[in-house]
Amino acid sequence: MDFLGIPLPVFMGQLLIGLINGAFYAVLSLGLALIFGLLNIVNFAHGALYMVGAFVAFLLLDYVGIGYWPALILSPLIVGAFGMVIERFLLRPIADLDHLYGLLLTFGLALLLEGIFRQVYGVSGETYAIPASLQGGFNLGFMFLPTYRAWVIVAAVIVCGATWFLIEQTRLGATMRAAVENADLVRAFGVNVPLLVTLTYGLGVGLAAFAGVLAAPIYSVNPLMGSNIIIVVFAIVVIGGLGSIKGAIASGFMLGLFEGLTRVFYPEASNIIIFVVMAVVLIVRPAGLFGKAA
Amino acid sequence: MSETSVKRSGELSDAGNAEAQSRTPLIADLRLWALIGLVFLLVIPHFVYPVMVAKVLCFALFAAAFNLLLGFAGLLSFGHAAFFGFSAYVTGYCLQSLGLTAELGILVGTATAALLGLVMGLLAIRRQGIYFAMITLALSQMVYFACIQLEFTGGEDGMQGIPRRPLFGLIDMSSNMSVYYLVLAVFCIGVFIVYRAVHSPFGQVLKSIRENEPRAISLGYDADRYKLLAFVLSAALAGLAGSTKVMVFQLASLTDVQWQMSGEVVLMAVLGGIGTMLGPIVGASIIVILQNELAQIGSISTIVQGGVFVFCVLLFRRGIVGEIGYRWKSWRGRS
Repeated sequence: MDFLGIPLPVFMGQLLIGLINGAFYAVLSLGLALIFGLLNIVNFAHGALYMVGAFVAFLLLDYVGIGYWPALILSPLIVGAFGMVIERFLLRPIADLDHLYGLLLTFGLALLLEGIFRQVYGVSGETYAIPASLQGGFNLGFMFLPTYRAWVIVAAVIVCGATWFLIEQTRLGATMRAAVENADLVRAFGVNVPLLVTLTYGLGVGLAAFAGVLAAPIYSVNPLMGSNIIIVVFAIVVIGGLGSIKGAIASGFMLGLFEGLTRVFYPEASNIIIFVVMAVVLIVRPAGLFGKAA
Repeated sequence: MSETSVKRSGELSDAGNAEAQSRTPLIADLRLWALIGLVFLLVIPHFVYPVMVAKVLCFALFAAAFNLLLGFAGLLSFGHAAFFGFSAYVTGYCLQSLGLTAELGILVGTATAALLGLVMGLLAIRRQGIYFAMITLALSQMVYFACIQLEFTGGEDGMQGIPRRPLFGLIDMSSNMSVYYLVLAVFCIGVFIVYRAVHSPFGQVLKSIRENEPRAISLGYDADRYKLLAFVLSAALAGLAGSTKVMVFQLASLTDVQWQMSGEVVLMAVLGGIGTMLGPIVGASIIVILQNELAQIGSISTIVQGGVFVFCVLLFRRGIVGEIGYRWKSWRGRS
């Protein structure tokens, strides 16, 4: 069975990898968009916290014997709490300054976290076994679909959907959206906006950690895993615009798929295709695909 | 667009003005310090390993080029490693494979960086503030991947044993000392260009765009063209620094194009003082010496850099030179 001269299993296999990468891109850019909405900063430490999320899952298993399923909840909670501490004590003091300082501060944090984990665990990475309940796979006839990879996509879709529901359909989400529009006015209504900001940062960072735990069994748990992915996610965020939740999710999945397609038809360019797309979008539509015109 | 520009009045500009206003008395005269610095730099290689000082000078020029953009145009580029590293490859190729003389190799490297700066700048200036930083970062990552895959860069291995060709085909460059004086000359030219650019009508327009872009536009200045020109100039000077570094170390590698290098140059400028003339030079010296001391102990250098970053942003936003200038100004104001 061929598709455009390429064996179908190969084609579908690359498409699947693209979809999985897209799932990570979507969850990470969703967190970035949430944080950007309320704090107006781009969280450079997002990749590092994604890495920390994977490491927390690894450490929980190694030292405490806590397995994959509890870690999937615990790690985002732990890293999210850590994020709230960062927001409260490091980001809040500089909230009123030029937002570039927030970028610089979180960049410093990323270096710190990456350096610490590299110092302790080296760069070779640790392996994290796929949980027993998700081993094996399905034979779809035209390709073999590993259960864990299917789970990653399902989990990412669920989390993205839940976050969208939280923001768009709940009272808390409505307050958050109002605070994005006009924080002072929302404050005047008696809402504790600083607390809301802290919670939002925690939520965004927790999403990054969740992606990290999801990634742990697929890639090795590696101190450098965050910085490799975050630059691509930045490009995706430029393409999609940081304006909307749906835009962040959609552009994450779309560009993951597009990257997978590139790997089928022109593998040499697969590393840079997202950056090329970014350049094209900047020329054609500078505000981004889902962004509001400047 | 308007929002970011209006808000950008805080600390960034504070640091910029500190330097300009404290110029009058002799002790704060930049020319005096430049003279003292020059004599110091002429003598020091006879006491310290010249390659080390040459490395400091290369990075100081790199940081000064970066600071031209952040300090005076208010544009934070997270992709300057692309110019620094790619021009190093081009110069290495010119010296090693084409057999060009030293000055031609450096010139070709610098011109390539300027061209790369033009392309990246045209894309990046379409967005402001945070987006500008992310775009430059992404584009430089593209250059990094290109450097891995292109034939002439040597991929993961990089280029080694690049010959130190004679300057103008006449002056022998094989000794460390002669290379040092070449680097010093390039450094002085580069810093002088930055100084002239900042203290010219062009520099004034840049500052006005940094302070209030819509207003600069309404006064008839084509803000995008000025920003692009600043970007290209900064890229070319960063390329000049990278090309010169090839003469010192005789190698070009992926380290110089990686995003970590872009971060390092940001740190040098922030630590020394954004928007000051001497700040980047001071910052680069400290970071290079620090790295040299900490190179043996694994990732400690990364950890220290991260820590310094966080510290500077939280408590030391003026940087070393900016802080001294500020203290000096307030002390003079009181007496």
